[in-house]
Amino acid sequence: MEKSRLPPTLEPMTPPDSKERPSWFFQPKNVRRVIVGLFGACGFFFLLDVVFVLTGFDKHPHFQWEQWPGFYAVFGFVACVLLVLISRFLLRPLVMRGEDYYEKNSTPTGDKTDA
Amino acid sequence: MPEALPPSLIYLLGALLVPLMRGRLRQVFALAVPLVAFANYYLIGKGIHWRVELLDFELILGRADAWSLIFLHIFTVLSFIGILFIVRDNSPLDLSAGLLYAGSAMGVVMAGDLLTLFFFWELLTMGAVLCILARRTPASGRAAMRYLLVHVFGGVVLLAGLVLHLAAGGSTAFDKIELSGVGPWLMFFGFGINCAWPLLGAWLTDTYPEASIGGVVFMATYTTKTAVYVLARTFPEEPVLIWIGVAMATLPIFYAVIENDLRRVLAYSLINQVGFMIVGVGLGTALSLNGTAAHAYCHILYKALLFMSIGAVIYRTGKSKATELGGLCRSMPWTCLFCCIGAASISAFPLFSGFVSKSMIMSSAAAEGQVVVWLALLFASAGVFHHAGIKIPFFAFFSHDSGIRCKEAPLNQLLAMGIAAVLCIFVGAFPHAFLYPMLPNVEATYEPYTVGHVTDQLALLLFSALAFTLLMLAGLYPAEIRSTNLDADWIYRKGGPFFYRLADRSLNAINAAASRLFLGRVVKGIVNFFESGLPRVACFFMTPVWKVMGHDDARIEAERHSLFRRAAVGAFPVGVTAFSAVILLGLLTVYYYVSGR
Repeated sequence: MEKSRLPPTLEPMTPPDSKERPSWFFQPKNVRRVIVGLFGACGFFFLLDVVFVLTGFDKHPHFQWEQWPGFYAVFGFVACVLLVLISRFLLRPLVMRGEDYYEKNSTPTGDKTDA
Repeated sequence: MPEALPPSLIYLLGALLVPLMRGRLRQVFALAVPLVAFANYYLIGKGIHWRVELLDFELILGRADAWSLIFLHIFTVLSFIGILFIVRDNSPLDLSAGLLYAGSAMGVVMAGDLLTLFFFWELLTMGAVLCILARRTPASGRAAMRYLLVHVFGGVVLLAGLVLHLAAGGSTAFDKIELSGVGPWLMFFGFGINCAWPLLGAWLTDTYPEASIGGVVFMATYTTKTAVYVLARTFPEEPVLIWIGVAMATLPIFYAVIENDLRRVLAYSLINQVGFMIVGVGLGTALSLNGTAAHAYCHILYKALLFMSIGAVIYRTGKSKATELGGLCRSMPWTCLFCCIGAASISAFPLFSGFVSKSMIMSSAAAEGQVVVWLALLFASAGVFHHAGIKIPFFAFFSHDSGIRCKEAPLNQLLAMGIAAVLCIFVGAFPHAFLYPMLPNVEATYEPYTVGHVTDQLALLLFSALAFTLLMLAGLYPAEIRSTNLDADWIYRKGGPFFYRLADRSLNAINAAASRLFLGRVVKGIVNFFESGLPRVACFFMTPVWKVMGHDDARIEAERHSLFRRAAVGAFPVGVTAFSAVILLGLLTVYYYVSGR
């Protein structure tokens, strides 16, 4: 039972209609398939990059570091993690105001509907 | 062969005629205008067309070269898609605004001199304001007013720059301008306001999400891209543009991650994409300028597609916020598919349009040895996939099931999205078919489909998706929160009212004081004079007479009272009137003799 649960971000907002069959994308085993497929694709392209380096395949790079195995993979991953963490923990506390901030005098925090 | 007409003329005439028609005729006519313009496009030969003499100036309505024609081409294509998207509701305001907007944008790109450019530049603002008003909500009314104020300010800056430029001996030629002196700098900033530069561009993310669902498709296409076109013609190779572009490409994506309104997320990613184009203009090499033109072409297609897909969601559900949406893939499968195609295109997946254009700009940055610029653009590339490529489809169509069950988008909207989606894939898969041959610098050749480029790009995107997935599963991804995020628009949205109150307090205080002084004292004095001045003067003269005649105080008071009463009704005895006349004549005689000397 534990294994078939949906990730928290895919839990429905309202209790689903029991008669309705959940959409393909919301069936727990398909969600797991998608995630596993993504992991597989990531692994494949990382290994492919390593193979290119080992075989000396010329990718016509502009910079030397583009030749490092997995440069683009690591860059993409780190960039996105930094982007999210900076946005959430640095930018949001600085700039977030209530939804009606410009409409009237409001409280300085947004109202959380779901977390 | 028939003569080509100025494209702007076709659209402006169409915009004027649309409100005069009714029913099915209006729909057919509105759709026919872009089709006629598209046929007209192929009649326009390269060269200078449609010269008009105005006072001492020669206005050029048509300069057809590779630069203007590629923009004209995509503007025409998109006008058809946009009109098709909104044609079902058959609202004269929406259709007319779209045609006016498209026509003025084409007027700008076809302009051959700065005066024509300025004329259509101002008209562009009117089109956009109508597109916002077409939403017909109180919030959109306020947003339209803010849009108008910002762009009228921008227009005045541009006009001031233009006048100073001409006064300093500059020509009206719409060509490369040296960025020195006050005039060119003001023009530079005037263009920059429409281009949504950092701090100058908050109007975009402020007002686009308030526009009508069709209006925003036109807005996302015309204003910023005409500004890119104008900057590429007037200030190419200006190094400061590289850094402006880098700031545009990187800074808004942080906002996009925490934004709740999906159309505002798209507005942030619009600025991010225009940033790439501005970097291309700033680098100013043959390849980077080609990249700017190609990226503008592809960007217009996929950004319109994304705005249309969210527009269709709003059309069916009335909602655009991530907190209120989710799970729509079941109800709107086609819209979901088109949205994913737009998302793949903006993220530059191989075989989708962004892949064949964005990399030109990045390659030029690398070829110029701009390491920091290249790294920043790579960061922006990963970021755009993260916030636009994943976030938009995920929160609208997947994510939490919001419980909303609605109908699929109407046929005309599906067709409009379908055409844009097919073009996104076709341009991405076959860039040499018609996109690359249209580019301005034929000597700069480029091949996007190399093994290295494809695998590197896929690795970048897949690991960005991996980061998104892991952050989601770990609960670290920022939850969608109903909120407003402060941006530079705070300056005029909060500063404006503050300035208003300041002006209210200071100017209205002066006004009140002046009112008290003039209305309370001066006017009252004048009124009193005309009302009771005559009897007062008469009393002044008569009181000594009455005293000499031996009247007592009570009698004098009675005489005075009757004098005022007579003055009020204008009934003086003949004797008093004659006496006054004699006094007047006497005074005149004295005056005559005194002045005669």
